[in-house]
Amino acid sequence: MKNFALPRSPKVIAGMVILGIFLLLMVIGPFIEPYNPSSPLFLQNLPPSSAHWLGTTELGQDIFSQLLDGARATMVVGLVAGLVATVLSIVVGVSAGYLGGKTDEALSLTSNVFLSLPGLPLLIVIDSYLPVSKRSNPLVIGGVIALTGWAWGARVLRAQTLSLRNRDFVEASRIVGEKRWRIMAVEIAPNLLPILASSLLFTVLYSVGAYTSLAYLGLTNTSVWNWGTMMYWAQANNALLANQWYWFVPPGICIALVGTSLALLNFGIDEFINPRLRAAGVRVRGPKSARVSRPRLGMTPVLRDTSGVSS
Amino acid sequence: MRVLLRRFGVYLLTAWVAITANFFLPRLMPGNPIASLIGKLTGQVTPQEVRSIQLQFGVGLHSSIWQQYWDYWVNLFHGQLGTSITLSASVSSVLASQIYWTLGLIGVATVLSFVFGTALGALLGWTRGARTDSLIPLATFFQATPYFFLGSVMVLVLSNNLHWFPDLGAYDPNATPGFNWGFIASLIRYGELPVLSILLSSMAGWMLGMRNMMVTVIGEDFVLMAVAKGLPRRRVIWHAARNAVLPSVANFALAIGLLVSGALLVELVFNYPGVGNLLLNATLNEDYPLLQGIFLIITLTVLGANLIADVLYFWLDPRTRTPVTQ
Repeated sequence: MKNFALPRSPKVIAGMVILGIFLLLMVIGPFIEPYNPSSPLFLQNLPPSSAHWLGTTELGQDIFSQLLDGARATMVVGLVAGLVATVLSIVVGVSAGYLGGKTDEALSLTSNVFLSLPGLPLLIVIDSYLPVSKRSNPLVIGGVIALTGWAWGARVLRAQTLSLRNRDFVEASRIVGEKRWRIMAVEIAPNLLPILASSLLFTVLYSVGAYTSLAYLGLTNTSVWNWGTMMYWAQANNALLANQWYWFVPPGICIALVGTSLALLNFGIDEFINPRLRAAGVRVRGPKSARVSRPRLGMTPVLRDTSGVSS
Repeated sequence: MRVLLRRFGVYLLTAWVAITANFFLPRLMPGNPIASLIGKLTGQVTPQEVRSIQLQFGVGLHSSIWQQYWDYWVNLFHGQLGTSITLSASVSSVLASQIYWTLGLIGVATVLSFVFGTALGALLGWTRGARTDSLIPLATFFQATPYFFLGSVMVLVLSNNLHWFPDLGAYDPNATPGFNWGFIASLIRYGELPVLSILLSSMAGWMLGMRNMMVTVIGEDFVLMAVAKGLPRRRVIWHAARNAVLPSVANFALAIGLLVSGALLVELVFNYPGVGNLLLNATLNEDYPLLQGIFLIITLTVLGANLIADVLYFWLDPRTRTPVTQ
């Protein structure tokens, strides 16, 4: 497993720390919120203060509590949709790549069709047909998002499976007489891990964006707190025009930070898959005279990977 | 040519899927959204209008669902997308009056974003490891920021507080719409900030993709060869960039879908006329005929853009002209 260790670049560490904080908030957010996010307990439209870190809404709800409470729904939907979409993309992509022939044609066609359909408009259409009771269930929304977001992963996984399929070790296990599912699950799947991880991160990123966009449009139940809903209410009350930035901006920053952390982790995976990218992040330390001249032309020095060399 | 025809076939199929989904979704959804809509509308609109909605969505009809599906296609080919409930006008005429705004705004933003993003990405890839790499986390942040959020904040800071840009809307209310200089100037002036906000969020994707591809391509022998020949640096970058840009063009389908989705929300933020604003109103008012029409037109436009990208790819990369199964 040592070989799967991600390059320990600052980008990856920053990504892990930020994502870790938000995952923690997902779990403990509703427990540590200072007030009930929905009850109008306070004076209206208060600016940030020590009692209300992010002020209050036009109904007198505590905005900071809403932010903490909203972490759960936002992250859960992102993760659920990401996981479901990734499972779908594995099933479709790996089967298409491995089985080939007519199956491949049909499955590739399906994923190409889903890839060309514009995701968010489709999502909005499906969502507005859903009865209101279903809209308040984050899992239903997550499922619908997964349905619109799996195709990209399937395509990437198919391409990688195709290239793995004819490698010698796969050929060998075929000759030994291993069953098809076993070759797919034991021989091929482990080699897909980096690509799988990157496609999972990408779909979670897409799902968080899609969910908050739907919520911002008021298409999810607006009494279930998530970061998109917060912005919906802020927008509905013209918070920005009234200079209540502390209402509108923090949820947006949270979404952006979650997305950034996922993208940073993705960089780590990219650098793992493609060593040429790894050298790009090298900062040469030490006295100026000892510095190696910056890689500019022709050759890309590859960073010596001291963590992965075991044999 | 066969490759292009195949792609075209995929897009035709996609269009068919979109149209069929439009037809079946409201009929198969749990809780029958159309019936509840008609319940709500009774008394507010004329019986003829209720009847036309019933006809369009097949509520209380005696014909079979396949007959309805056939009729739906016939209507579609006659350009009849039904009547908008809230606007009391035919959906096709509503769309026809609004689509130009969206095509203009998103079209300009897409082209600019692709050109600038790719160019910047090529330069970043070339100077990899240098201080310019610190742009990467920044670009990632912008990429991860929802368009509507970035747009709103830009309106707040640049327009409301600093007054660098005009108010919301698409043109100066004092200008007379038409083909005159004052109107076009205000159109451009009012379009700057929306385009800029779409550009900021969408450019990062092109940029990062291009940078990574550029870093990979620079390691190839032909780049070393170009340097060894003593070509000026500009020519070498151009050589490498031309090869690195191919995956960006090939992945256009993915990118354009995300871009259009984000840009539709930008229209709301800027109160810009167009399909995005229509979409929001249609969903809020449960104006299903309009919603269907919008989805159809967006899908067809995105497919058209993809087709253009494919033709471009075909023209850029000679290898695609001989069909090879990948």
